[in-house]
Amino acid sequence: MNPLHHHYLTESRREFIKHTGTGIGAVGLASVLNDRLFAAPAAGGQGDPLVLGQPHFAPRAKNVIYIHLVGGPSHLELFDYKPELVKRSGEKCPDDMFKGKQLAFIREHPKLLGTRFNFHRNGQGGLELSEHLPHLGSVADELAIVKTVKTEQFNHAPAQLFLHTGFERFGRPGIGSWVSYGLGTANRDLPGYVVMITGSVAGAGNSLWGSGFLPTLHQGVEFRSQGDPVLFLSNPKGITSQGRRDIVDGINFLNKTALADVGDPEIATRIAQYELAYRMQSSVPGLMDIKRETSATLEAYGAKLGATSLANNCLLARRLVEKGVRFVQLFDQGWDHHSGIFASIPKKARELDRPVAALIGDLRERGLLDETLIVIGAEFGRTPMLQGKSNGGTANNVGRDHHKEAYSMILAGGGVKGGISHGRTDELGYKPVENPVHIHDLNATILHLLGLNHEQLTYKVQGRHFRLTDVHGEVVKGILA
Amino acid sequence: MASSHSINGVGPIRVIRFATLLLVGGFLCHWGVVAGNDHWAYQRPSRPELPRLAKPEQAANAVDHFILDRLAKLGMAPSPLVKPGQQARRVFLDLVGRPPQPGEIDDFLANPNRREYARMVDRLLANPQYGEKWARRWLDLARYADSNGFQADQLRDSWAYRDWVIDAFNSGMPFKQFAIEQLAGDLLPGATTSQKIATGFHRTPTCNVEAGVHPESNRVNQVIDRVNTTGTVFLGATLECAQCHDHKYDPFSMRDYYRIFAFFNNTPLEVKQQGNGVTWDFYGPTINLPMPPGQEARRAELEEKISELKAAKRLSETLKREISKLSKEKNAIKPASTLVMKEMSEPRDTKIMLRGNYLAHGDSVAVGTPTVLHAYDKKLPPNRLGFAKWLVAPENPLMSRVTVNRWWAAFMGRGIVATQEDFGAQGEAPTHQGLLDWLAVEFVESGWSMKHIHRLIVTSRTYRQSSRVSRKHLEQDPANRYFARSPRVRMSAEMVRDSALAASGLLAHRMHGPPIYPPQPNGIWRHVGRNAPKFLAAKDENRFRRGVYVVWRRGAPYASFVNFDAPDRGACVVARPRTNTPLQALTLLNDEAYVEMAMAFAGRILAKPGLANDEQRIDFAFRVALTRPPRPVEVAYLNQLLGKREAALAAEPKAVRQLISGVKNWRMPAGVEAGDLAKWFTVANVLLNLDEAITKG
Repeated sequence: MNPLHHHYLTESRREFIKHTGTGIGAVGLASVLNDRLFAAPAAGGQGDPLVLGQPHFAPRAKNVIYIHLVGGPSHLELFDYKPELVKRSGEKCPDDMFKGKQLAFIREHPKLLGTRFNFHRNGQGGLELSEHLPHLGSVADELAIVKTVKTEQFNHAPAQLFLHTGFERFGRPGIGSWVSYGLGTANRDLPGYVVMITGSVAGAGNSLWGSGFLPTLHQGVEFRSQGDPVLFLSNPKGITSQGRRDIVDGINFLNKTALADVGDPEIATRIAQYELAYRMQSSVPGLMDIKRETSATLEAYGAKLGATSLANNCLLARRLVEKGVRFVQLFDQGWDHHSGIFASIPKKARELDRPVAALIGDLRERGLLDETLIVIGAEFGRTPMLQGKSNGGTANNVGRDHHKEAYSMILAGGGVKGGISHGRTDELGYKPVENPVHIHDLNATILHLLGLNHEQLTYKVQGRHFRLTDVHGEVVKGILA
Repeated sequence: MASSHSINGVGPIRVIRFATLLLVGGFLCHWGVVAGNDHWAYQRPSRPELPRLAKPEQAANAVDHFILDRLAKLGMAPSPLVKPGQQARRVFLDLVGRPPQPGEIDDFLANPNRREYARMVDRLLANPQYGEKWARRWLDLARYADSNGFQADQLRDSWAYRDWVIDAFNSGMPFKQFAIEQLAGDLLPGATTSQKIATGFHRTPTCNVEAGVHPESNRVNQVIDRVNTTGTVFLGATLECAQCHDHKYDPFSMRDYYRIFAFFNNTPLEVKQQGNGVTWDFYGPTINLPMPPGQEARRAELEEKISELKAAKRLSETLKREISKLSKEKNAIKPASTLVMKEMSEPRDTKIMLRGNYLAHGDSVAVGTPTVLHAYDKKLPPNRLGFAKWLVAPENPLMSRVTVNRWWAAFMGRGIVATQEDFGAQGEAPTHQGLLDWLAVEFVESGWSMKHIHRLIVTSRTYRQSSRVSRKHLEQDPANRYFARSPRVRMSAEMVRDSALAASGLLAHRMHGPPIYPPQPNGIWRHVGRNAPKFLAAKDENRFRRGVYVVWRRGAPYASFVNFDAPDRGACVVARPRTNTPLQALTLLNDEAYVEMAMAFAGRILAKPGLANDEQRIDFAFRVALTRPPRPVEVAYLNQLLGKREAALAAEPKAVRQLISGVKNWRMPAGVEAGDLAKWFTVANVLLNLDEAITKG
């Protein structure tokens, strides 16, 4: 426990109690409660504080937009061009890429598979990107492509858990929760960690944004594109907004009476939370309503009113970050190309390319790119080897299996050096030969950019101080601006 | 798994405590502590003498001697006894998980003395809802869920285990037996069906059937989970720290870890290949449950009919069709099943896994228990059953302490050892070691009776004191380490729901059986799952049954429970966090399930005979939801609110219709006017949302 934070948390509450002694009505509740907390801790908390609320050192970015491509897109079709692999396509893969290796689907010695797509150089940095990512190419000088990300898991759920929580099984908090715990939220009307989804999250599901052993107030709150944007946000039919106001007033009046009687600071917190819930009822739908954007903006993103799409979510992510939401995570399903990879990648790339490029451009125009870190990633990449009929795919519809040895992720924005490619894989795109970046290194780097030391961001449970990066992780200096 | 211990200065330094700091800062300081064999928690507890009190008449039982003695030494005073109504409410919430309803506490309120209180406690301990209430906590420890977890997250049947836990608590099963049957019921001589069902405790780990899973890796993960959970639940020990290296703080070696591992290493694989491909399925030992008598009779009847028909000399087409129809019906009558543990005939050779990696084998190890703890009796068999019997031996210094401490925390808001999950060197020292040891010994000597310990705690003066928080309390002991007041704690997710159901009059008391599906918003289950099952919300009384029966899908637990800090049950949870968020407010205000409860509560108020006016209705509503009469200021406020709503609703007849018809499967009580209902809905909604309504205080 950090005694200072403990003091900070309890002091504002004690202050509150002092005021309540002389009459509650006169006290502006929200002003005496800690504004940096989306939710205040339960009374009598023990051990670590519920939120640290400040960085360890000056941050380069204040917010994160983290786009997770569920299923694991092929770095070989999108980000990491391997002419040698193209040349040797159809050959049996070298023994050391198959024998004694753990693969998810491939069971027989596979052939190499070269990409059928062209790659172009982009921007002043000459960054190589697939022909199916032309818009990203136009913002290439903002991007750092890390080509040597290495994970330890090759099945979706464990790999997603490993990427997000640094551990391949359930029970630990994900990076969004860690950031919320470390920094708190900048907007007292909104949660600090918001999740939006297109498709489903085939894999570990909600556990990726659950808070693990961290206090549950750090769990990601899903903003939904269908139904209530936040669960239970709308009043039941027949309860008008005045009706709701009357009810909330009633609740708070009676809660204040109870507070005066029993003196539990927790009641003060609850009163504040009802006010916040009431404000969210009007602020969230407005925030989620993209009608207010210009048609030029909608067009740039490819966003459509009423649609559920990555384009809409990218636009919404910008709106959330503008309002001070600390960590926005977008999940996009459909990147698990065991077959039909050459038909599927262009389609999925289209869904990704324009919105993300627009997001980067939009943030830049609004002066927000410097303080917003954008991460585009996945749980793993794809094998340079072909997964065909004998390997669980279909005869003509080739694909690639899960690959944990090396794959690409993109970082952009706050504190990231643009127009660079970091690390190099071998000529077949199988494993790193220069500057490998383990998941723990990547997570350490993201925390670093937010002003958090990954070795100091700990939470004690079961007698241990847990970290996102376990006992590993080195900040990847090469991509820091 | 590697582990991170970021405390500096590891050295053989004993726990240093500063009493003055404790008082000022309200927290313990630890300085790089390493537990040796002489760590307090590894010494067998002996019954301490009761501290002598200046005013022994203040103590209701032994518990109070320890608490009052400590308070006196700290110069603090206990709080006065809480008012009878609130006392009844508190003990109802703690023992049966819902507030008392009118008529249930009249005896006590008429004579709120110690004897009537004890009688009320005895009634509650005998109420089957006691088991439903207490099962929830155990099921968090047991990481019980109705699905596999991971990508497929299919549903699986092990609800018979959940029912077993409920019944074990209700029947007063000695905790010793409770532990043995769950860990090794299958290995007991002549094991009964019930004892086999109990082993569902360790069939709860998550199971990955993703394409590309390596069944052995999955199996090892499950065994690791079993060892770690066993350590947490029964020993309060963080054994998992010794998975990759010797424990850095506690005297558990890596060898110790794999010796325990060896006890659990002899159950079959739990994923199997489907066809020749890479598709896997969940499987593993199950048993069939006895069929309900009606079903069994029907099956026999059908069998008989079919054989009669088949005996006919010539089978006409009609006859054939009839036979086929009856056979279909017969085949559909299948017993339900549940997951159990089963020992393989040939035990596996257990090897130390270097750095915790299941592919990197070190030395072979035989079964065994940590050397720091009591010896493994040579007469015990070298299997899970022997291990379970070793755990429950009276010499075990940990199990009784760890167990009573968890219960104490459940009643009193915090443990005597605050780190309920860690009794090792990194855990906090007990605030009242005498009390902890006294309770632990009492527990064992009472024949491991859970109800006895619960009765002791709830009949103590300490439990029965007021929960009012004074400025002095906040200054002297904000975290209430010394129990100068009773705690005020927000209820668990399940209790919040059960209590609102009770107040609304909807709570259905049917026990046991397959999970229930109360309403939740559409689309919650879409995140996860191969062949995802649909969440079909119940329209019948199943939607009003208790929270302990609600389906637990790990990838997407029941939405309103999640907002009230329910875990995904992917791993053992000792203590749920208690947060206070706007999402909780939105849930109670707007969730379809809670809207229905508020509507039914309004209907209950209006349909109650003999209430002459709104004051009396408000009085009734308070007694039902909060177990107390309203204060005059509250009556005045709500009366005014009713007037305001009446005027507003008169102008909005459409809103009234929408509100009432929006509650789909509920019927308005006869003789109740729609306008009144809409108006009283406001009051009902207010009351069910109060801090007091969702708090045990």
